[in-house]
Amino acid sequence: MMSRLLQSRGLAQIIALLVILAVDRAVSPQFFDLRMQDGRLFGSLIDVLNRGAPVALLALGMVLVIATRGIDLSVGAVMAISGAIAASLADTHGLPLALAAALGAGLLCGLWNGFLVAVLGIQPIVATLILMVAGRGVAQLITEGRIVTFTAPDLVWLGNGAVLGVPAPVVVVLGMLIVTGAVVRGSALGLLIEATGGNARASELAGIGTRGMILAVYVWCGLCAALAGVIAAADIMGADANNAGLWLELDAILAVVIGGTSLFGGRFSLVLAMVGALIIQAMNTGILLSGYPPEFNLVVKAAVVLVVLLLQSPRFANVGVVLGRARQ
Amino acid sequence: MRRLPPVAITAMVFVVGFALCTVQFPNFASSRVAANLLTDNAFLGIVAVGMTFVIISGGIDLSVGSVIGFTTVFVALAIERLGLPPLVAFAAILLLCAAFGAAMGAVIHVFDMPPFIVTLAGMFLARGASFLMSTESTPISAPLYSTVSDFALRLPGGGRLTAIALIMLAVVAAGAVLLHFTRFGANVYALGGSRTTTALMGIPVGSMTVRIYMLSSVLAGLAGIVFSFYTAAGYSLSAVGVELDSIAAVVIGGTLLTGGQGSVVGTLLGVLIQGLIQTYINFDGTLSSWWTKIVTGILLFAFIALQQAMLGIARRAGPRKAGVLKP
Repeated sequence: MMSRLLQSRGLAQIIALLVILAVDRAVSPQFFDLRMQDGRLFGSLIDVLNRGAPVALLALGMVLVIATRGIDLSVGAVMAISGAIAASLADTHGLPLALAAALGAGLLCGLWNGFLVAVLGIQPIVATLILMVAGRGVAQLITEGRIVTFTAPDLVWLGNGAVLGVPAPVVVVLGMLIVTGAVVRGSALGLLIEATGGNARASELAGIGTRGMILAVYVWCGLCAALAGVIAAADIMGADANNAGLWLELDAILAVVIGGTSLFGGRFSLVLAMVGALIIQAMNTGILLSGYPPEFNLVVKAAVVLVVLLLQSPRFANVGVVLGRARQ
Repeated sequence: MRRLPPVAITAMVFVVGFALCTVQFPNFASSRVAANLLTDNAFLGIVAVGMTFVIISGGIDLSVGSVIGFTTVFVALAIERLGLPPLVAFAAILLLCAAFGAAMGAVIHVFDMPPFIVTLAGMFLARGASFLMSTESTPISAPLYSTVSDFALRLPGGGRLTAIALIMLAVVAAGAVLLHFTRFGANVYALGGSRTTTALMGIPVGSMTVRIYMLSSVLAGLAGIVFSFYTAAGYSLSAVGVELDSIAAVVIGGTLLTGGQGSVVGTLLGVLIQGLIQTYINFDGTLSSWWTKIVTGILLFAFIALQQAMLGIARRAGPRKAGVLKP
């Protein structure tokens, strides 16, 4: 009974999120308190959503890449690049141009990754490693090694503003989620992406343009990463090429994996990847609120990765089946 | 050109790079620069040897940078807070690293999980554990440390071949022997070629996987000890990103990332090329150090593209050759 419940898709993740939120509530009694100030909602819960926005955006792109049996390690570096571009252009050239340049850079980065994977046939880990190594150097080049700050109010709004009380980053994530969901689930595209990840060769023979599909998901991932970079820069009103998006690629992969998308490709869930990102952020916030040193985060994350992976492992499932039979 | 192994290309890149540096800065070609190149990259060289084994066997180890950081903190605290003799602390940390690597290898094999994600968890775990031990830099003042840092072989021309450089060269030599002249090494190549075939040949895939990751973690521990000699301190944030540097060194050294092909000597050259870029930037003085990352990225791409082209040629040549042989 219990196992059948857990097998229904997404229930495990939602229970996990609720448990973590309950623990957070136990740690900090005012966790669920919300208040309105200057036309924007405040509170720990809003904080989780707001702080989780960059990882959620990264996960939104990453989930499609992983569905094609790929991986994109360069998203953190792409964040640094787009943040650097937006911050350097915002004060002098206005928001539209800064935003277009930053997103354009993300698009180019995605195109480069997609080209390496789809056309040259390089394994995704290796192909995206190149940009992961070089990208941060490029970002440094743009900021000339300094932390670039800006005051352009429209860009600052993207990080700190609000729509009907909801923080702007959360609105952006919701918008992107709806757009992505409408495109991949409203058409057969999602199915074709899953087919590509399940068996690229068979899909190719069945007439799916797998190359185009792979190229497209990396471009989308680059675009999402660029948007995350802009939001992260807008949030702190500056771009730090060294630290922007540092290690966030790992959080994004973790969010996708927690969301039940298999690293072996072939199936994905956008909404559950978002839940995964929320679980990670709720954990981070909880550890901060509890007064434990933030360093504790990494150890907890390591444990979570291992448990989730063990549950996903085909061997582990076999062990469960054997145990179940023995009980019968 | 047809049968030129990737290592030869790496060697050529290194020689040409060194020559270009010498043309621009006449002082470059000195034993001092060469010895510093070895000393400054000693820890990277050691950890890259372990990474070579892992990558040739078809895996990857993302935890090495964190293991180095953990080791420096552990050693510093064991010596300074607990008052253990340095050699006892070294033995303890190497045993701990061996257990850590073995555990990762076992998880990878038993649960059939991608090495990338398992070692990623290992990376979080080791870094988190070192943060929990101490977040401050702990200086090490044991007498052994000053003895080791004072020791150096004098080279003609004023260069000092330091103890840690010698340790690195010894590890590279031992690694080369282990990889190229022992049964263990042959099995590593076999694993990278095809796991299934290797298992069918009767080679214990599980124990090989465990031992390969154990080797990588032990060498990362040794690199951590060398790093603590180099900085005379233990710091939980040390060696962040070294996993990427060592993977880049291995790839630039001509090792195939899909496994089954590569050499330890190539890896040493890959490490030295990265060191060369850094030294050039130091000599130049006006370039910023982030150029190291960009040039490393470009080299990485060049070598991966080269590998891909060679694989493509091999695939196309394969059936044709069979056709010639058959009639």
